[in-house]
Amino acid sequence: MKSISLFVILLGLWLLMSGHYSFLITSLGVLSCAFCVYVARRAKLIDKEGLPLFFFPRLFNYLIWLFKEIFISNLNTAKVIISGKIEPETFTVKASQSTDVAKVTYANSITLTPGTVTTKIKDNMFEVHALNSDFGNDVRSNVMDKKVKWLEGDQ
Amino acid sequence: MDLFIDIITGLCFFIGSLSIIIGACGLIKLPDVFSRIHAAGMIDTGGTAFFLLGMILQTGWSLITVKLILIGVFIFFTSPVTSHVTANLARKKNLMPVGKKIGKLL
Repeated sequence: MKSISLFVILLGLWLLMSGHYSFLITSLGVLSCAFCVYVARRAKLIDKEGLPLFFFPRLFNYLIWLFKEIFISNLNTAKVIISGKIEPETFTVKASQSTDVAKVTYANSITLTPGTVTTKIKDNMFEVHALNSDFGNDVRSNVMDKKVKWLEGDQ
Repeated sequence: MDLFIDIITGLCFFIGSLSIIIGACGLIKLPDVFSRIHAAGMIDTGGTAFFLLGMILQTGWSLITVKLILIGVFIFFTSPVTSHVTANLARKKNLMPVGKKIGKLL
């Protein structure tokens, strides 16, 4: 099941990237995708972490929310850089997700929004560096944590 | 309609280059490694996102649009990883960030 979905994703990517649809070239593409899936199976890369399919149903909603957050914090970071009012602070937050993929997604989301960076991870505690106490409060309010928990679903 | 799209594209490029310039100023101005990563993150997200958006508006619907979106997706996944690696290495070398520390750090 996972192999088939990986094959479909790879084939879709190949078709979009190539732009040539003659019989010979397309069959070569199908063959190379099948070979990639075979190698990935042999290396036991196809598991929950390699292909987190359980993200997909809610991913779109989450991404829209994340883009909005990134835009807002971009504006705030620009304001802070121009005004020069920086009071950096470092603190730890707890991640409530159960799977490793979800934790990585949460840490990546924190890093992706400018103004906050995850500097260290140990079990389910993240050490976060924020440019300003406003950014720090955003992370400490656990809104993003709950969103990623929701994205993860029941695991 | 073409003129309208051109104006929007120009606006996107303007915002993108503005955020890259502010990010570059931040890279010079901010005090330590950890704060400078924030400025670099601003270039990664704000700058590239607006430039890609402008280019997508210019190409319309074609395979090139898909490729531009894929560039955005790959930057979206890789840039936080590089930021995190930089910050983590600095912490591993026992570099403490300036400013206040709240609670016990890891």
